[in-house]
Amino acid sequence: MSLLELKNLHVAVEGKEILHGIDLSVGAGEVHAIMGPNGSGKSTLAQALAGREGYEVTAGEVHYRGRNLLELDAEERAREGLFLAFQYPVEIPGVSNTYFLRAALNAIRTHRGEPELDAMDFLTLVRERMQLVRLDEALLKRPVNDGFSGGEKKRNEIFQMAVLEPTLAVLDETDSGLDIDALKIVADGVNSLRGPDRAFLVITHYQRLLNHIVPDFVHVLKDGRIVRSGDRELALHLEEQGYEWLEAEPAAAAAALP
Amino acid sequence: MATQTTIIEEFANREYAAGFVTEVEQDSLPPGLDEGVIRAISERKGEPEWMLESRLKAYRHWLTMTEPRWPNVRYPEIDYQAISYYAAPRRKALASLDEVDPEILRTYERLGIPLTEQKALAGVAVDAVFDSVSVATTFKEKLAELGIIFCSFSEATREHPELVQRYLGSVVPHTDNFFAALNSAVFSDGSFVWVPKGVRCPMELSTYFRINAANTGQFERTLIIAEEGAYVSYLEGCTAPMRDNNQLHAAVVELVALEGAQIKYSTVQNWYPGDRETGAGGIFNFVTKRGLCAGRGAKISWTQVETGSAITWKYPSVILKGDDSVGEFYSVALTAGHQQADTGTKMIHLGRNTRSTIVSKGISAGHGQNTYRGLVKVGKRADGARNYSQCDSMLIGSSCGAHTFPYIEIANSTAQMEHEASTSKIGEDQIFYCNQRGISTEDAVSMIVNGFCREVFRELPMEFAVEAQRLLGVSLEGSVG
Repeated sequence: MSLLELKNLHVAVEGKEILHGIDLSVGAGEVHAIMGPNGSGKSTLAQALAGREGYEVTAGEVHYRGRNLLELDAEERAREGLFLAFQYPVEIPGVSNTYFLRAALNAIRTHRGEPELDAMDFLTLVRERMQLVRLDEALLKRPVNDGFSGGEKKRNEIFQMAVLEPTLAVLDETDSGLDIDALKIVADGVNSLRGPDRAFLVITHYQRLLNHIVPDFVHVLKDGRIVRSGDRELALHLEEQGYEWLEAEPAAAAAALP
Repeated sequence: MATQTTIIEEFANREYAAGFVTEVEQDSLPPGLDEGVIRAISERKGEPEWMLESRLKAYRHWLTMTEPRWPNVRYPEIDYQAISYYAAPRRKALASLDEVDPEILRTYERLGIPLTEQKALAGVAVDAVFDSVSVATTFKEKLAELGIIFCSFSEATREHPELVQRYLGSVVPHTDNFFAALNSAVFSDGSFVWVPKGVRCPMELSTYFRINAANTGQFERTLIIAEEGAYVSYLEGCTAPMRDNNQLHAAVVELVALEGAQIKYSTVQNWYPGDRETGAGGIFNFVTKRGLCAGRGAKISWTQVETGSAITWKYPSVILKGDDSVGEFYSVALTAGHQQADTGTKMIHLGRNTRSTIVSKGISAGHGQNTYRGLVKVGKRADGARNYSQCDSMLIGSSCGAHTFPYIEIANSTAQMEHEASTSKIGEDQIFYCNQRGISTEDAVSMIVNGFCREVFRELPMEFAVEAQRLLGVSLEGSVG
């Protein structure tokens, strides 16, 4: 049975339907890329999966680890191992990065029936995981994302993911606004976290990220529907031809695929 | 799944943990105020003639005054004849802590303020004021070894009349304002601190004010004097039982810092705020607090965390008379339920190169109304005066309000002023970000609010910073469903 199963998922925002029936199956250990032009509904999918208020599921089902995901609050989903790396990480002035992350980790551990980590053990874990994204230790003491550069914010998201060890990580345009060096660091961090028990849903506009995080499956989202699914080759074709290609010549597009 | 909006709007119901009543036999005066009542208070306290005269003078002046109407708060008319101006647990002249009514000791224990020295917080001496009288003061002997006087105001009047006479009313004269005049006429008890020249007080001094009796006002008087080069850190805490009627608390606090002396005064105020739903009851906290930096290089620092009271009206201020003196004001004021606050500070720069810092954090939730009102005044002689003011307001929910009235009066062209102000709402995006990391909405709100107040909390003595954070958490409890 797959880790995440979407059946005919419809999502509306402020009464307007954005997703018109998404079917998707993600197995443990798999990396799925969701690509698509601006406004296709990629971020809506990410927010709806994370349980954000205002993203109303009007039809369809979502099963996660054998449970009905839609019944869970946002924090319950997070405690069940669903992690969203935000496209625009939020600033929380006055709350240190360490304090925030420790509260998060302990909420998740408590949910799993594990003891809370004390300050020492937590610091050891944090120092180790910081290496993955080469984050400056000074950022730990700074308020959450407050005054961070765009690249630091994105690295901080991946760093949080490394500490919280999710079962399903949804990366919402994590590559946007990153230069090539930062992109590599982030991709290396993600790759080091790949494993048989962890799945990734990588949402991106550009294929360049997929040169570094190589997906098992690629889905193209357009106007709220998955219009194409394939493997890595699909992403490469998209890069060459652009999203217009799918629309203009669906037959040719099909023919061009191996 | 409850929506975020209702979650935040429910942000108003909490249990007020300090709302219990202690059953003790009371010696109290019947409600009403006239010269006879003032004579009776003075007599009960065994005061010298000069003190009675001073009270009567203040009372006669008070009669000519009218209650101020300019604060941005609304409340029903106060009937000053319906208040009892004196209530004390029967039993007095205690030789030691062992003689304190066990019921009262239990009260303080329940409030987390053990009065037996063995159990007391290490490094904190406590004066406990129960309604109109001081019931206990800890660590007195230890402090006396250093020449520090820490006792109830009544005791100071008896034992150290020359000090009281010299400084009482020297910073807040009885003519200052309506409530200060009332206090000067009827004040009952409070704390007195005197730190001799060059002595650094080794422990936190603290007064714990408790209003217990019904229909009683509390009018405490506190006077702190730091001689040349002395240092003292003082903290007050306040609670009251839950009652349906409003109760008046009109205190006066005077601080005097001589040359090179430093006074740090912290308040954690948790008076009963009134019913969360209806707004009935609660304390009217109408207080005058002022410090005088009398000598060169003196420093006075006010830190306040105001989470209680139905209405808070107070402006802890500093008169910067000595050259190079420093005034600071750090404030967190929370109004939830139907609470109202009009609070801030006055920094009066008279000496040269005087500096002041104002950091005010107002949080409004439920139907709370929060006003910052502050004055920075620079006199003609005050060359090189500097002020930095920062006023931040946070709104939680959509039925509350935040208001800012900064007044600036400058009479010297060398003055440098900076004023920053911000208003923010706890963002739905911030809460969702926390939720997405597994943190519950309630914890998220508490975390965000504490982060907002961090600049103020770090000014509090360690033990009390923790207490303040907890208190803020409790005050916001239930605001999140």
